[in-house]
Amino acid sequence: MTKVAVTSEGPTLTDMVDPRFGRAGGFVVVDPDTMEHAYVDNGSSQTMAHGAGIQAAQIIADSGAKVVLTGFVGPKAFEALKAVGIKVVQNLDNMSVKEAVEKYKSGNVDYAQQANK
Amino acid sequence: MIISIASGKGGTGKTMVSASLASVWERPMTAVDLDVEEPNLHIFLKPEIISEEKVYLEVPQVDESRCNLCRKCSDLCQFKAINVMGSTLLTFPEMCHACGGCMAICPEEAISWERREIGTISQGKSGRIDFLMGSLRVGEAMSPPLMRVVKTKLAKDLDRSGGDAIIDAPPGVSCPAVSAVMDSDYILLVTEPTPFGFHDFKLAVEAFTPLKKSMATVINRSGMGDEGVRKFCKERNIPILAEIPFDRDIAGAYSRGKVVADLSWELKSLFSALAGSIYERNIGGQKCAR
Repeated sequence: MTKVAVTSEGPTLTDMVDPRFGRAGGFVVVDPDTMEHAYVDNGSSQTMAHGAGIQAAQIIADSGAKVVLTGFVGPKAFEALKAVGIKVVQNLDNMSVKEAVEKYKSGNVDYAQQANK
Repeated sequence: MIISIASGKGGTGKTMVSASLASVWERPMTAVDLDVEEPNLHIFLKPEIISEEKVYLEVPQVDESRCNLCRKCSDLCQFKAINVMGSTLLTFPEMCHACGGCMAICPEEAISWERREIGTISQGKSGRIDFLMGSLRVGEAMSPPLMRVVKTKLAKDLDRSGGDAIIDAPPGVSCPAVSAVMDSDYILLVTEPTPFGFHDFKLAVEAFTPLKKSMATVINRSGMGDEGVRKFCKERNIPILAEIPFDRDIAGAYSRGKVVADLSWELKSLFSALAGSIYERNIGGQKCAR
């Protein structure tokens, strides 16, 4: 199955979803079938004055994930993700990374058509 | 000599002071509106605009057939205006600061320039005052690139006229404000003696001190508020060159778009004295030093 990247406050499945995309702490990249996961730090984007969202999108593209689960994505990051065909599910904050992935697997999510911030 | 009229807080009277100082200045004078996001010095000086030209920023254009996705440009760009995403090259022209780095570093020479309009620059005359104004295109995110073009034009004009310039700077203490004052010889901070005015005045002093320019203050709406600004100026050795009274007639003249120095003999003297002390502290002072 396609790998999904979840914006996260920490490196594990039990960490909370970071509602921010561009300035998320990092990304837990999960294989939804096996729940095998790896963590990608996003520190380099967090320290940027401008363009954090675009940089984060680049990191996601490099991770091989085809879906992003997060709270909200800004317009430029959304455009960048869209350009490389990465789908975005927004409004998945206030839950753990694992819960977000479970929700995604249940099919009870909508792919965003546009940025919500 | 270039004098910037700046402030931390907005609405303290920068434009009023700029217009009045320019109108009483004895030497050849260019009045410059560098508050390019919302220029309004022209409302007071009412210049006849002689020329208006569009200003463009050069942003990268990529020939994708030559791009080998090496990412050198993408890694270099501090604003993520040019990015390699997987096998796609993506540019965000509105993020570009036009530094030229991507073009310089590209080993494939795949990057050339295209132009993006960022605003206009207007030149005119208000009596004997030369007038220069930048107006940022509405929706444009960054003002310093346009300000840079206005400042270059000003430098050329001053070379020719041998005169002085007054820059009406934008409020605040971030890039636009610093960019407006950084090439001037003298910074005149207009403040008001209120806790709000004082708070932002301190920020302005903190932001501009590292530029190591002579700084002085004009207190506008003197007679209201408290002693915070005056105490602070005394402690920091920032001279208060003038105090403009909190006065209904001044507010009335301002509200009708008049130059305040033209209102009365007293106000004309006040601004002439201010002009005199600025002049003395700069050119006069330099002569004495020699």
